[in-house]
Amino acid sequence: MTTDLMERNDIADDDEERVFVTLTVADQLCGVPVLGVRDILGEHKITRIPLAPSEIAGSLNLRGRIVTAIDLRRRLHLPEPAPGTARMSVVAEQAGELYALLVDQVSEVMSLKASAFERNPPTLPPEWAQFSSGIYRLDNRLLVVLDVGKLLALNEAT
Amino acid sequence: MDDLIADFLTETNESLADLDVALVKLEQAPDDGATLSLIFRLVHTIKGTCGFLGLPRLERVAHAAESVLGKVRDGALVATPDTVTVVLAALDRVKAIVSGLASTGSEPAGDDSELITALDMAAAGQAQSVAQPSVPDPEPEAEEDEVLPELPAAAVVEPKPASVAPPKQAVPEAGEPVPANQTIRVTVDVLEDLMTLVSELVLTRNQLLQLARTQENTGFTVPLQRLSHITSDLQEGVMKTRMQPIGNAWNKLPRLVRDLSREMDKKIELTMLGADTELDRQVLELIKDPLTHMVRNSGDHGLESPAERRAAGKPEAGHITLNAFHEGGHIIIEITDDGRGLPLDKIRAKVLATGLASEAELTGMSDAQLQRFIFRPGFSTATVVTAVSGRGVGMDVVKTNIEKIGGTIDLKSVAGAGTTFTIKIPLTLAIVSALIVEAGTERFAIPQISVVELVRAQKEAGRGHNERGGAEPVIERINDTPVLRLRDRLLPLVNLNDLLALGEGQSDDSGAYIVVVQVGANSLGIIVDRVFDTEEIVVKPVAPILRHVTMFSGNTILGDGSVIMILDPNGIARGTGIGAGGDAKAISSSAMDQFRSSERTAMLLFRAGSEQRLAVPLGLVARLEDIPREKIEISCGAPVTQYRGKLMPLVAFSGNLDEAKPRQSVLVFNDGDRSMGLMVDEIVDVVEDRLQIELSNAQAGLLGTAVIGGHATDVIDTGYWLTQAWQDWFHGTHQTDDPGTRRSILVVEDSDFFRQLVTPILGAAGYRVTAAPSAAEALRLREAGAMFDAIVSDIVMPDMDGLDFARTVRAGGSWASLPMIALSSRNEPNDVEAGRDAGFTDYVAKSQREALIASLKQCLAEPVAG
Repeated sequence: MTTDLMERNDIADDDEERVFVTLTVADQLCGVPVLGVRDILGEHKITRIPLAPSEIAGSLNLRGRIVTAIDLRRRLHLPEPAPGTARMSVVAEQAGELYALLVDQVSEVMSLKASAFERNPPTLPPEWAQFSSGIYRLDNRLLVVLDVGKLLALNEAT
Repeated sequence: MDDLIADFLTETNESLADLDVALVKLEQAPDDGATLSLIFRLVHTIKGTCGFLGLPRLERVAHAAESVLGKVRDGALVATPDTVTVVLAALDRVKAIVSGLASTGSEPAGDDSELITALDMAAAGQAQSVAQPSVPDPEPEAEEDEVLPELPAAAVVEPKPASVAPPKQAVPEAGEPVPANQTIRVTVDVLEDLMTLVSELVLTRNQLLQLARTQENTGFTVPLQRLSHITSDLQEGVMKTRMQPIGNAWNKLPRLVRDLSREMDKKIELTMLGADTELDRQVLELIKDPLTHMVRNSGDHGLESPAERRAAGKPEAGHITLNAFHEGGHIIIEITDDGRGLPLDKIRAKVLATGLASEAELTGMSDAQLQRFIFRPGFSTATVVTAVSGRGVGMDVVKTNIEKIGGTIDLKSVAGAGTTFTIKIPLTLAIVSALIVEAGTERFAIPQISVVELVRAQKEAGRGHNERGGAEPVIERINDTPVLRLRDRLLPLVNLNDLLALGEGQSDDSGAYIVVVQVGANSLGIIVDRVFDTEEIVVKPVAPILRHVTMFSGNTILGDGSVIMILDPNGIARGTGIGAGGDAKAISSSAMDQFRSSERTAMLLFRAGSEQRLAVPLGLVARLEDIPREKIEISCGAPVTQYRGKLMPLVAFSGNLDEAKPRQSVLVFNDGDRSMGLMVDEIVDVVEDRLQIELSNAQAGLLGTAVIGGHATDVIDTGYWLTQAWQDWFHGTHQTDDPGTRRSILVVEDSDFFRQLVTPILGAAGYRVTAAPSAAEALRLREAGAMFDAIVSDIVMPDMDGLDFARTVRAGGSWASLPMIALSSRNEPNDVEAGRDAGFTDYVAKSQREALIASLKQCLAEPVAG
């Protein structure tokens, strides 16, 4: 069985629950810790920022604050969405600055048991592995836990 | 207790600042009763509070100072400069102790007995020069006795210089501390937070107004209007809380000037006008140091000694005037002295010595341009470094600091009559006025302060539209680099679309707008598709992950709620290679715009490949030939022709040979016994003009662009074309020299232009050439063990000039006996003499290529004695 071959993560108590905001990007279910999320936005007008790295989709106005939007598909080297697709954003804060992660769909808030957590399988492609802090086994699909800090660390040689 | 100390510190610091001003005033008017009482009360208050708080050291110093002042007040002593100096020294000690107290919470240890003795001596009136206190008449005494008890304590004890322009007292000087009606201390953080909130409110208001504009007569219109007005008032009110009179930045200056005048033995009067002009405290903090520095400079460099002034027929006392006033959303600060003016000859000498410009360049400069050199880094004309100024960290730092807050600085100087510096700074940094423009469907904001003018121009130089006198100027292109002729100058343009990689905008009309911005001493035109309105914008910093994009200075939210980027003209200028502020970097970079020559040069004009006029210095062209097409043959895939019994390679300027033409125009360049022909379409003219290359061009084969005969013309890089033909030629059949025996030459030349010119010429003449951009670089090569057959060096270079270089080489080391040829634009007999004295073997003028090669041949033929 593959699960037996992979190391189990035993840091947390098996019954401890962590809460995630789940989202999809290119049909992959992902999650970010709910405590780091400041806001969920629907389709929003985004101003392009010339000369910025391609992962930066632009900036948007969130109730008078300027938020830098990062395109998660581009950050993960995924194909562009079909033109005209409405996209949503998860707003997170880092060092006093707000960032919006542009995703395909934000679904729900889920409590997940630590017993369902696995480390990244070693075969995970590096584009994903560098931003994933682990995998949760859900009943019918897998959820990749995204490390927001690493996603936002655009300057550091990525 | 902590709170008490904190309050004491704030209050004492204010009192000390006031005391500085008041004491200097007292020195000038020793019988001014009001000033005297003010000083006495301030010192007395400090002493009293110290005693109460248990600060013995402070108390003793303050007490000793107070007794001196008490004697003066009672008329037993006169406030002579010496007395005032002692009291000022006591205040300095108080300041030192107070700052120690502020940082550690307790009095620092120290011995004040010497100071206290000096004060006691002064109080006793002996040992000092105050032997006969007969100068003042008894009147002030009587007056003081009346005045003092009458002054209400509350009015004097709590002077608040920061209070909003209250009515003046009877005392004429501005900046006089005046009792405030009611004040409350608020920390700056609270005000900053308020400002942020108001900024948000303004944005929200703008958004609401934008929405309301699209809707007819809803019930919201009237309340919205009210909201709008209240917001504006609130914004103004909050801005006001951050405003402080500029006098706060000035209150240290009277003391500074006084100390300066004693130190330098000059008489200096300081007049401060418009001290109650208010500006944002953030800006105020930032201009404090530059202002202090400039006043110090004026006193030190600007003003002459009393003797010199008398000789020049001026009043003995020099005058420095500070004047601040509002002008259209900006604050203007003028610093004027009536001294000797900037020493143009010294600046010129210094510019030459540091190699910032050549003599030829200097002759073409106006006095104003020359004066602006003092803003260059490391530029100080003071020959002697005094404690006061002349350390070379001067005006460039001032300029940088002022530019940092979006301000500008300019100067006007008249020899013998004085110098005026004019600083223009924005009222506040948080909200700026900006021009909103559009390029490639995106909108951007350009800070209004850097915008000089807007020009509408035709995008394409349509044929026939090209004459001057048309309603709109036309954007001309030199190899796709747009330029604009604006009032007889070439204005470099950047297309915002290209610069920001935006893609084409959808504007279909043939016109474009050019926003002319001033970046330091340079102007730059930014081509945009549309220009909207100006708008007050709230500047917000960009996210840290975008800081490396230097084209933007921030971002903001517009009235319609959209986010836009604020362009940074400095960043754009840097991004396009235009020397921002004309700093030293621009010189060392390969920018050709630094190359100037006041000499008129004969230029051959021709066309090749396009309608664009091209030029080459006529002196470099050996002959013009018109070769029949059938005489052009192809050898090894390259066109050649038989010329004077040899094969001459031909290079087509446009890249390919026009087969259809019956005859081909060829410019023949000659190097030793080798020739090459450059095939061009048409030879247009020979004109004589100043060769002033204004724009550099990255394209190979072109040096840059110059205005020749009133047209923008590309100047070709002959060196490049020589190597184009010569490489094939040299490595082909016709090898005259064996590479192993080729002589190697070191060329030391700081000017990129000449280095690029000389290197291929020598290379083509059969030498192996190593080029060094400075003498220091060349000496490093020597240390590294490099060996050459001869050295060709420029004379005028920054840091170490050619003469010093020659002396250093001759002084010893492996190169001591090498032939050295000086290559210089200065070839007066005494220059040649100086060159020979320094150790140069020969001296050749820069423009004489043949002479250089002849000289090299000669030098290498007969070895020189070391």
